[in-house]
Amino acid sequence: MNNTEIIKKIKSSFKNVSVDENHSQRIIVSSNEWEELSKFLKNDYELFFDSMMCITGIDEGIDSTNLGVVYNLHSMKYNHKIEIYIPVDKNDPKIFSVEKIWRMAEWFEREIYDMYGIVFEGHSDLRRILLPDDWEGFPLRKDYEFPKTWHGIVVDKIKDGWE
Amino acid sequence: MSFQKLGMELLLIKLKMGGNKINNQNLNNNTDEEMVLNIGPQHPSTHGVLRLKTITDGEIIKKITPYIGYLHRCFEKHCENLTYEQAIPFIDRCDYIGSMNNDFGYAVAVEKLMDIKVPEKVEYIRVIVAEMNRIASHLLAVGVFGLDVGAVTPFVYCFRDRERILDLFEMLCGARLLYNYIWVGGVSHDFPIGWVEKTYDFLDYFEPKIIETNDLLTYNKIFIERTADVGVIPPEVAISYGVTGPNLRGSGVKWDLRKNDTYSIYDKFDFDIPVGTGAMGTIGDCWDRYYVRIRELEESLKIIRQALDQMPRDGDVYESMPKKIRPKAGHIYSRTESPRGDLGFYIESDGSATPSRLKLRSPAFTALSCMDEISKGWMLADMLTILGSLDIVLGEIDR
Repeated sequence: MNNTEIIKKIKSSFKNVSVDENHSQRIIVSSNEWEELSKFLKNDYELFFDSMMCITGIDEGIDSTNLGVVYNLHSMKYNHKIEIYIPVDKNDPKIFSVEKIWRMAEWFEREIYDMYGIVFEGHSDLRRILLPDDWEGFPLRKDYEFPKTWHGIVVDKIKDGWE
Repeated sequence: MSFQKLGMELLLIKLKMGGNKINNQNLNNNTDEEMVLNIGPQHPSTHGVLRLKTITDGEIIKKITPYIGYLHRCFEKHCENLTYEQAIPFIDRCDYIGSMNNDFGYAVAVEKLMDIKVPEKVEYIRVIVAEMNRIASHLLAVGVFGLDVGAVTPFVYCFRDRERILDLFEMLCGARLLYNYIWVGGVSHDFPIGWVEKTYDFLDYFEPKIIETNDLLTYNKIFIERTADVGVIPPEVAISYGVTGPNLRGSGVKWDLRKNDTYSIYDKFDFDIPVGTGAMGTIGDCWDRYYVRIRELEESLKIIRQALDQMPRDGDVYESMPKKIRPKAGHIYSRTESPRGDLGFYIESDGSATPSRLKLRSPAFTALSCMDEISKGWMLADMLTILGSLDIVLGEIDR
């Protein structure tokens, strides 16, 4: 199936799905519907997205109130792909965890939690993965402020910006 | 219970285990023997700075929790403040064993985002250096895996041959490990005079050395005993965990991005995709994963030979290189086949000279994440074999 057919198929079952035409036809879903949609994508016989390629966290910018999560899915059986974008509110970032559906999501979701502070509901072991447990803040957010000290060690800033 | 009876029972248990995985029923029987054992972060068998917290019952592993992040430098945050060209040296340092392949993946991604078509000569150069680097990387994987299970000699032999490739790269771009060679829209230098001939010499030299490695390690009885039937990854588990590259192919899934989702000019070459067949044990065991790498050395040699024969000799490598890299607003997810598997780049551009988001999807990250699943019930020594067979690079996992 090509991208248009996949989108048509998804739209026939999920009415609230919209398509982002600018961004190479990716699907935008609200976080409430992600639980049902993810199960549909994995289990539907014609779609059968058995492999999750990548999960990426995104900050839409300082002005925006949204963070986002991008899911790149792929079917090993039919060799077709789809990209799904889910915006989440910055003040209350919560999203359904797909850890049980695609096992690789376990670590990728932990990484996004680590970097963006997005909470994945239903995740079995949501801890920081790359940063130390006592790290403050979420580094990949655009409004992140670099710490001046760490455990009493002064982190000198030698020069501003990059040349 | 008399001592004799106890001894007999222990013997029976030992016979029952004889290299076989302990089934889950026995695992759940709690005994007083449970112990927490920390392996790493400084341990030669962890291939870098990786800490494995293992819960063991005697010598049997009950649970493994990998702790990563000791090499973390958040290159993704750095890249938000760097231009697209400046990001390349950072990407070099992610997978420091296969730097060429990393740059290749990044260049392909940015070129897709900007709709750049690179000249044929550049494509050939890229394929040649990427496959050379794949050989170097697999040689390290094979040698170090041998070292993990106690075979020291093959390691030295592999490094001897790897050194020749590094010398060729040094002649090509001055660097031995971190090349910064493949740039967006081109490469940093054309092949120097005499390089192609030297590469032909290397290919002729290296081809018989694979047989030597096979004699030394692959069909060695001790090596087979240590690796066959150990750490089986079933194909559906591998796909669900996003395990890719030689690890997935070892499980019998014929999947290689160079053929199945082709990029650059890989469709012009004739080569096979080696898969695990369970020749020494079960499909998807450590030996299969190892042997897929050995077979890939041969396939890479085939590709390099064809590429060197077909390559156009004259042409400018800077022809399609953009003066300024400013992709229009948009995003791309592109993936290429690195020595460790499916290397993906998610790049989001807001139209400025710096990417607003750059994410590297690392194949070793997913391979390590299934560690707990596949090594439950094995003995401690087998766990290190399994870890070695996955061929992880911590620089890429921690980024």
